Amino acid sequence: MAAFRKIILSGLPSDSHTWNLIFLQLFLEEKGYSVHNLGACVPTRELLGAIVEERPVLVVISSINGHGFDEALSLIQAIKTSRLSAISPVAIGGKLSTRSGDESAIAARLMRAGFAGVFLGTNSIDAFDEYLTRKIVASPARTQAA
Amino acid sequence: MSRSGRFHRYLESVPQNALIVQPRMGFSDIRQMRAGLVAVRDFKGWRVGTMTIDSLTRQRKFAESMKAVAENRTLNGYPIVAHGSQATRRLLKGVANDDFPVQVRHGSPQPQEIFESSAAAGIDAIEGGPVSYCLPYGRVALKASVSAWARAVSFWAEDHRGEEGHRHIESFAGCMLGQMCPPSLLVALSVLEGLFFFQYGCASISLSLSQGTNTEQDIGALVALRRLATERLRGVSWHLVFYTWMGVFPRTVDGARAIIGDSARIAKIGGARRLVVKTAAEAFNIPTKEENVQALGWASAAAKNVGTLKPPPAAMEHAEQIYREASRLIDATADLDSSIAPALIKGFQRGYLDLPFCIHADNRNRARGYLDPCSGTIEWETTGNLPISLKMPRRPTTKLTSSSFLTSLNFNRTRYDGGYYGRF
Repeated sequence: MAAFRKIILSGLPSDSHTWNLIFLQLFLEEKGYSVHNLGACVPTRELLGAIVEERPVLVVISSINGHGFDEALSLIQAIKTSRLSAISPVAIGGKLSTRSGDESAIAARLMRAGFAGVFLGTNSIDAFDEYLTRKIVASPARTQAA
Repeated sequence: MSRSGRFHRYLESVPQNALIVQPRMGFSDIRQMRAGLVAVRDFKGWRVGTMTIDSLTRQRKFAESMKAVAENRTLNGYPIVAHGSQATRRLLKGVANDDFPVQVRHGSPQPQEIFESSAAAGIDAIEGGPVSYCLPYGRVALKASVSAWARAVSFWAEDHRGEEGHRHIESFAGCMLGQMCPPSLLVALSVLEGLFFFQYGCASISLSLSQGTNTEQDIGALVALRRLATERLRGVSWHLVFYTWMGVFPRTVDGARAIIGDSARIAKIGGARRLVVKTAAEAFNIPTKEENVQALGWASAAAKNVGTLKPPPAAMEHAEQIYREASRLIDATADLDSSIAPALIKGFQRGYLDLPFCIHADNRNRARGYLDPCSGTIEWETTGNLPISLKMPRRPTTKLTSSSFLTSLNFNRTRYDGGYYGRF
């Protein structure tokens, strides 16, 4: 049973952008995580299935098309309803609204809804990096199920 | 070919040395969409109009787009299926005519309803492609996209009596993912999608290419694309369309104006007839009609000032290499089957076609490009199973990391916002 630190990386169901996901994959791999990049336009069902099967230390959602806020809320509700937030914390980042200046209000709403970390606006990558160090590195590595 | 359509006739009426400019405009509200088209129509210069379709319609979520229309919610484009062809026809009445053709732009891997709705509204120009609107977006299987596109293109090519005549279709393949792809693959895919359209009956075609990160390489790519189209698309009436940079866009007005101006000059020198233009608002939000018209003005003015420059020698060297590589990619793919549709699918299965940084399940993602930080050209780092050999593999001096990747993605923004570009 090998110790591993897996992260599932995913876009929101109706966001087709992938450059953000490719960047994050490189970023997380450099930090020693094994990354399963589910790609763009991921149906919620598929993401839930992957969490159950792979039990990652973290789920990272990235969306940059500026229309992700509502979908992010439905997604975290679905994860909570399936009791999967107990398995893996879920972090989200990118650009979730087309109106600038909305970031702190949106972040607060999403944190209340159940996200473990919300990273928007400038310096969001640094904040995410710090979050990883603080929350994820500090937690014990999971052991792989047979 | 019998009577040709409005878009095609307009293209033929424009002087050969003029660059036609076109925005990427799309509004969900009918009145706003009409006002946008009117603003483009009234632009003083050679131009065509655009209706860009929203992302719900692209993904065939028609119930959701209809609900959004009923609730008067703003979408990121014109929901042509939800509004219906009669409403679209009324919208275009008195706006679109023989001197102002309108193209529908969408991004759908399964476009049948969009094609039908556009045709029923009297629109005779559309774009996309079985590969270019599948691999970069979403999760529809390449096989499903290829068969959906075969059906849609056959429908589009049907002779429809009593109306405008032959319809036009553009391949978006030269713009795949917008950045970080060596141009030979983009050129090859453009020609292959052109062949696909022709095989399913369309004979009025345009082939695309988007602005990259080095001027000479871009001009060379256009020259190579023109040479290959001349050789391979016999019996087709075709032209080239160039796109202003589609990657991370400059934030400053000066930077945006400079990159838009460069795209117009490259298009002109490289022999493109049409330019799809971005705007100064691109880095921030969906541009207004005024911002669109402003950008058309910048592009038109830049193109006019070019005169009749010939491609510089450095561009012709790029053209030669791009032509050689693209020819091999096309031949290796076309040899896989007597019909182009299965050849495209087999080509991706075997990795003879392989789009760098594309994480779609039907793309191998073994071939990889890199941006040379000195010249800005995009080169092959590894070619995976592509049927091209690198004579002198020019490997990047540093390994691909998240930060070097980010620097590459931001290359044009940094360059143009910082003023690090020369007029040519």
